[in-house]
Amino acid sequence: MTGRSTVARRAALVVVGAVFAVPILAMVAFSLRSADGTGHDLGHWRAIVDPENERAYRNLVEGVTNSLVLAGASAALVLVLLVPAVVLVHLRYPRLVRPLEFVSLVPITVPAIVLVVGLAPVYSVVARVAGSGAWTLALAYGVTVLPYAYRAIQADLASTDLRTLAEASRTLGSGWLRTMALVVVPSLRRGLLAAAFITVAVVLGEYTIASLLNRVNLQTALVQVSRSDPFAAVIFALLALLFAFVLLVVVGRVGSIGTARPVLPGRDRARRSRTAPRKALS
Amino acid sequence: MTTLTEGARRASSVRDGAVPTRVRRRPAAWWGLTPFALYVVLFLVVPCAIALGTGFVSSDGAPTLSGLAALGDPVVLRAFGSSALVSGVTAVVGALVGAVVCWGLTALRPDGVVRSLIDSAASVLAQFGGVMLAFAFTATIGIQGVVTQLLLTRAGVDIFAGGVWFYQVPGLLLPYAYFQVPLMVIVFMPAVTGLKPQWQEAVATLGGTARQHLFRVVVPVLAPAFVGSLLLLFANAFSSYATAAALISQGSQIVPLQIRAALVSETVLGREGVAGVLALGMVVVMVVLMTLYSLLQRRTERWQR
Repeated sequence: MTGRSTVARRAALVVVGAVFAVPILAMVAFSLRSADGTGHDLGHWRAIVDPENERAYRNLVEGVTNSLVLAGASAALVLVLLVPAVVLVHLRYPRLVRPLEFVSLVPITVPAIVLVVGLAPVYSVVARVAGSGAWTLALAYGVTVLPYAYRAIQADLASTDLRTLAEASRTLGSGWLRTMALVVVPSLRRGLLAAAFITVAVVLGEYTIASLLNRVNLQTALVQVSRSDPFAAVIFALLALLFAFVLLVVVGRVGSIGTARPVLPGRDRARRSRTAPRKALS
Repeated sequence: MTTLTEGARRASSVRDGAVPTRVRRRPAAWWGLTPFALYVVLFLVVPCAIALGTGFVSSDGAPTLSGLAALGDPVVLRAFGSSALVSGVTAVVGALVGAVVCWGLTALRPDGVVRSLIDSAASVLAQFGGVMLAFAFTATIGIQGVVTQLLLTRAGVDIFAGGVWFYQVPGLLLPYAYFQVPLMVIVFMPAVTGLKPQWQEAVATLGGTARQHLFRVVVPVLAPAFVGSLLLLFANAFSSYATAAALISQGSQIVPLQIRAALVSETVLGREGVAGVLALGMVVVMVVLMTLYSLLQRRTERWQR
């Protein structure tokens, strides 16, 4: 009985997987069309790296650069602002756990398209105070990634006995900064890494806020390029999807690398199964 | 600063060993929580308040309820209808196909490589796609799409014989389903893994059949998670903007595109609060969906310990 059901389950996966591969394969086939439209060649891929087209893709290069800066800035923002808050609430103010969780999950209920309506006036103030550099958008992105980052950190926190470790560190005479740097951060490195990577992936894919605030990032540049050169847009989209995929594969495997501290096999398995489904959230 | 001196004064009156920690604790809390709180107020609370509040302020700054009349406008009502339709159809399709995938995933080792590749692919498609999924489907079933051309030249089938529906509301269905299924896998899989093999053994021990196990145990246990995930998928499609914006450049057939139009034409006289009113309408829908979702989620988690 189990044998037959295993075959059926695998078959279901293969069928759905094949259907889901169609658009991706179509993108590849589309990007390989020859310029005269009759056959297939690498022409459009070569055009991407051709220095002669540098001017045409200048906007795209600016978009990629801005998105990378934004990804770094947003990840830094999450690590500097959210992490100390989550850790302190966990260790010192258990009463604030629920409110913090609520705040962190609000951006799911208030989608980017709604947030951007209120962000427009906020950003006219931000531009006056901090200028209109590309990085300022990270302030908005820090909010949109809040649910993802919070879940990643919280999942790791729930499976680590940080309270005891921090107490031990403080009993031995460490101050808060020292405890944070030498105990908390190393204990939570998986959660922190996962939070940072998910932040990077989400920021690289963000379009709504950037386009409606008239900023240039990877996605808005892609949409602009697609109007004049759909092939370049498809190629860059493929590369971006691949990059995000690799990033998330690494997040998924983070749980299994760097297990330097001795952990009972049973406990380790429990931890991984608890973190894995939640890491991505909804 | 006042809290610090207050704390020190109180600590000195206590006269015990806890004095140094007490003094040190407050700055730690201050440095850890205050920046985050300030940030959330500035970039979450204030924008929310502005977005939801502008609908209640008239152009000369006086409070008004007349902006809400925009929600009764036939064009806006039709957009909400289209949004609900697209979200409903793709949520149901996504939930059913996603549930099948979850069932299929139980045949794989939970910590195996294939499983983690599928998890990552699901995360990418569900959370990262947006604009790029619009490109993927333009390259597949757009006018020049690979599948469109293949069907036309090889099979003589013109999928756009009855008009080019791809850049209209029906064109959203396939791309939306494409990110709904992976989201279903992400949110529904924990409930499926929560099913214990011991329950099946218990049913068998009591003389029950596999069918009884399915309908008396599996379905009732998974039902709240399934309905909750369905609501989340609906909310996800209802609020997503990027795919639709990249696909539909003209017209505002769904609510997020209405907001785009209202934002872009913000300077047109008499339309100032419209984006805010639309945002308000959308948030009302989202709050209802997410409240129901979290209620169902609480029921679901009962079985996941």
